[in-house]
Amino acid sequence: MNDFPWLSWLIFFPLISAALIAVLPGTSGRTVKTLAAVCSIAEFLFSLPLWWRYQPGQPGWQFAEQHAWLPGLGATYHVGIDGIATLLVLLTTLLTPIVVFGAFGSVEKREREFYALLLAMEAAMIGTFLSLDLLLFYVFWEAMLVPMYLLIGVWGGPRRVYAAVKFFLYTMAGSVLMLVAILWLYLHQRAVTGIPTFALDAFYALPLSGAEQTWLFLAFAFAFAIKVPMFPFHTWLPDAHVEAPTAGSVILAAVLLKMGTFGYVRFAMPIFPAASAAFTPWIVALALIGILYGALVAMVQRDLKKLVAYSSVSHLGFCMLGLYALNAQGMAGGMMTMLNHGVSTGALFLLVGVIYERRHTREIAEFGGLWKVMPVYASIFLVVMLSSIGLPGTNGFVGEFLVLLGAFRHEPWWAIVAGLGVILSAVYMLWMFMRVFFGPLTHAANEKLADLTLRERLVFAPLLILIFWMGVYPQPLLDRAQPTLDRTVALVKQRLMMGDRITRGDVARPGVSVAEAAR
Amino acid sequence: MLALIPALPLAAVAVNLILGDRLGRRGTAFLACGAVFASFVLAALSVIHLASLPPGARTMVADVYTWMRVGDFKVDVAFLLDPLSSVMVLVVTGVGFLIHLYSVGYMAHDASFRRFFLYLNLFMFAMLTLVLAKNFLVMFVGWEGVGLCSYLLIGFWMDRPSAARAGMKAFVVNRIGDFGFLLGMLTLFAWTGSLDYERVFAAAPIVFHPGTLAITFATLALLLGATGKSAQIPLYTWLPDAMEGPTPVSALIHAATMVTAGVYMVARCHILFTMAPFSLETVAVIGAATALFAATIGVAQNDIKRVLAYSTVSQLGYMFFACGVGAFGAGIFHLMTHAFFKALLFLGAGSVIHALSGEQDMRKMGGLASRLPWTHGVMLVACVAIAGIPPFAGFFSKDEILSAAFASGHYGVWVAGLLGAVLTAFYMFRLYFLTFRGSSRLTHEAEHHLHESPAVMVAPLVVLAALSVVGGFVGLPFQEGGRRLTTLEGGAALERWLAPVFGEGGAAGASHAVPHLSFTTEWALIAVSVAAAAFGIAMASRAYAKAAGEPIAEKAPRLYGLLEHKYWIDELYDTIAVRPIRALGDVLWRFWDEKIVDGTVNGVAYVVEWASAVLRVFQTGFVGTYALFLTLGVAALIAHYLVR
Repeated sequence: MNDFPWLSWLIFFPLISAALIAVLPGTSGRTVKTLAAVCSIAEFLFSLPLWWRYQPGQPGWQFAEQHAWLPGLGATYHVGIDGIATLLVLLTTLLTPIVVFGAFGSVEKREREFYALLLAMEAAMIGTFLSLDLLLFYVFWEAMLVPMYLLIGVWGGPRRVYAAVKFFLYTMAGSVLMLVAILWLYLHQRAVTGIPTFALDAFYALPLSGAEQTWLFLAFAFAFAIKVPMFPFHTWLPDAHVEAPTAGSVILAAVLLKMGTFGYVRFAMPIFPAASAAFTPWIVALALIGILYGALVAMVQRDLKKLVAYSSVSHLGFCMLGLYALNAQGMAGGMMTMLNHGVSTGALFLLVGVIYERRHTREIAEFGGLWKVMPVYASIFLVVMLSSIGLPGTNGFVGEFLVLLGAFRHEPWWAIVAGLGVILSAVYMLWMFMRVFFGPLTHAANEKLADLTLRERLVFAPLLILIFWMGVYPQPLLDRAQPTLDRTVALVKQRLMMGDRITRGDVARPGVSVAEAAR
Repeated sequence: MLALIPALPLAAVAVNLILGDRLGRRGTAFLACGAVFASFVLAALSVIHLASLPPGARTMVADVYTWMRVGDFKVDVAFLLDPLSSVMVLVVTGVGFLIHLYSVGYMAHDASFRRFFLYLNLFMFAMLTLVLAKNFLVMFVGWEGVGLCSYLLIGFWMDRPSAARAGMKAFVVNRIGDFGFLLGMLTLFAWTGSLDYERVFAAAPIVFHPGTLAITFATLALLLGATGKSAQIPLYTWLPDAMEGPTPVSALIHAATMVTAGVYMVARCHILFTMAPFSLETVAVIGAATALFAATIGVAQNDIKRVLAYSTVSQLGYMFFACGVGAFGAGIFHLMTHAFFKALLFLGAGSVIHALSGEQDMRKMGGLASRLPWTHGVMLVACVAIAGIPPFAGFFSKDEILSAAFASGHYGVWVAGLLGAVLTAFYMFRLYFLTFRGSSRLTHEAEHHLHESPAVMVAPLVVLAALSVVGGFVGLPFQEGGRRLTTLEGGAALERWLAPVFGEGGAAGASHAVPHLSFTTEWALIAVSVAAAAFGIAMASRAYAKAAGEPIAEKAPRLYGLLEHKYWIDELYDTIAVRPIRALGDVLWRFWDEKIVDGTVNGVAYVVEWASAVLRVFQTGFVGTYALFLTLGVAALIAHYLVR
């Protein structure tokens, strides 16, 4: 079994499933659902060996596979995992079946296409996490766009087309720049070494001048910042979330946004360490603004989904802050925050979806006193909310605290500013919770709302388990990620020590240097 | 075994959740009270074991597992029982058990009986985690955990909008404090490399220079946390509103246990505070100011529970300034006696409210002494105890605090405390006279249903009354030189018990000892404080024993109005903080997000659209087509470079 191409299987199994669902003739909605559920659970089971057999202590990529792809270009099909990718892939494979089950009650039209797209989406996301070749990475990165664009544009709300186009163009704007940067890197690499390759490892070792780093970093950082999303590139997010169907929102929040932060750790920071270090104040400033800004704007939202969407901006700000603290605790906190946000915000979007299915509105003012009619729903909402605001004992706290610890060690005032976000998160969440669940039942339409069905409870059960497990015993997760994070930190610091520094003069003549390199 | 003390109530929570309504009311009550009683027994056994050890070795540790280990940061889930936490754990489990028992009667007719005990047990778990923690992070788990339970229990009757709002206010204000706690922890870790008490306190004198910015910042941040949890200026506003919760909750959480967590934390960190004189002074000033300030408000409240709430804020102020003047032992002593008599006051008030079918307005009470004999008796004991009349519990602890303030030269603080003591006696006996004496002002309806509480409620009252009478004897503090002036058994038992934690002298950290007073001064101070209490009682008796109206309101309406409206502090906070922040959120969203950012984005889109009008041929309106062109362009680019 050791030679079994696990990773390829993980990428292509959902793709095959999607194709199967799409082409199987004459199947009923029921069969489609069953098939989607079975395939997504199978995929999760297939991904489990990553948890058991990944060896954190060993350096280098594990489960690696490499095959020729475009020999003329030097691009190869090269996939492998490290600690970060392991956890993010598991997050993806775990959430997909949850999303599939969650969608059973809400998707009524074009079910076949819907589930096929979800699974195709899963394949693209996993591929993105696993790629060790920049061209391959870019193919998967762009491939993710299409299913999500369709999920929003076809199954979304009233302004779905606007939201879908906005999402598409925003992301596209970023990724085109990144593509240019990738190509530039490729050509530069070929010019320097004479070997055409898109291999990530080669780029890790590629020396770049200060100016080169600066411009290339900016191109990557821009693409990732849109995806994260960092303030002020976040305005596509609320629209996309509000219009997306529940399944789309969950995938978008839980996994797609992580592509941005993942991109920083995997590419932007280690390939351009000097530029990354030089821009740290800017990135941290944006992260801190994002933390407070997201929270403040979330506070005044009237739509539940928009509130959760803006809370994402705040949480991802924490994530970026942790990563850019560039020390063990900060990185680990950033990593935990990625996972936590996937679990908690994913769960929040599912919860909002539950109430939307019943009432066809997400206006906070339309609710009030729901605890009385839906006590189980309210209790689950409470737990998820607490995890989102980082109550100790839940997953949220572990990430938040480690981020603050890392940030404080790097620069105390970072943690002080970010800490204010901890207060604000309680404000916006509890205020929303109060208006939705407490008080008297003020709307007649809410009096007969049904509490969660068995299916819905089963959807939330794994998420609740994760919330507590990751909060009470996060060590297995930390152990898996830590060596990789440490290596990233070491790589960046090592290159910085080797004189990889940016001076003002470097950046002042970018045109010259880029032109030189192109020659 | 130590870990079981908090774990048992948690297990009860789990059982409660799993079995659900199958438990039935009896089952629920038995489970909830049984778990807490078991914790109490375990705690008592542990403390007995602790006492059998030699004083210097009185610590018990239970290391359960490693919670987080990242780089050089490592935190274990670990518990510690030492003399300080032993006082806390006994108070929490003991008073907690009595209040659980009382609640069985008080909540008997409530539809959400099971949910109530679920929260109550969860609270016990969190509170015991807080006091038994071996490091700051585990303490923080309990710290935020009790905040959560407080939130849930204040808002227990959730269909009342005022209860829901009060719960939220409590949580948010506490979060402001928690922000301080977090910053304090971060600073301590950054300097000492650990969050474990033992290591932090051992490293502190080496890594911090006394009075430097770092240690002052760390302690002030922790103090912010303490003011949040213990309802001190400036974060006290949530506690009076917290009275929206069921009365047993007010007794347990908002009087006897949770709100004392801040005092416990400051006492636990006494080594750090004594290294930061500015912080310690701040503790004293905040405590004294709160003690006096809250007492004045308490004078003009008509809701029986609100009087007690302000009284709690005020009494917590005493505990704070005890710590602030270096008398940490005295602070803990008052914490303990206060737990007895304030729990009793709240439960007694609850008994009155229960008897009057939910009435809390003292203007609609009066003359209940003969109708509720048991309640009346225990309430009188509690009022005397809190007023500070010897030999009741409150006298010993309050007097010890005042003497320490005087002895350490904090005369301003001492005067504030003394004035507070007059007011305490006054508002407590105002409450007593308005409720139990005079003529009945009950509504006909209330009169009809009037009844003394059932035995399950009265029994805990009697136990607490007994403790309020004798609870002070453990801390008989009078001494001059080495000669004890009392022959009562135990002597200054509490002081000696706490000595291994706070250092010799009990009352103070080694570097901040409170000087001993002369025999005459000591007795003069006692005379003054007893006189103050007696004066307050006499004034209350004159004004309210046969009151028909509100004498203060008649003689000084403006002052009364100011007090009744709590100095308009809530309104002030609303104006300077709550509204501006909300407005800021609105502006950011409506203006920045929707106008500036989206305006720019859409503006770019319009420009592109206009430009594309020129290139109408290529525009098909499908994003897919755009993507196609984009891809083609990129391909061309690649091709160009490859061919070249």
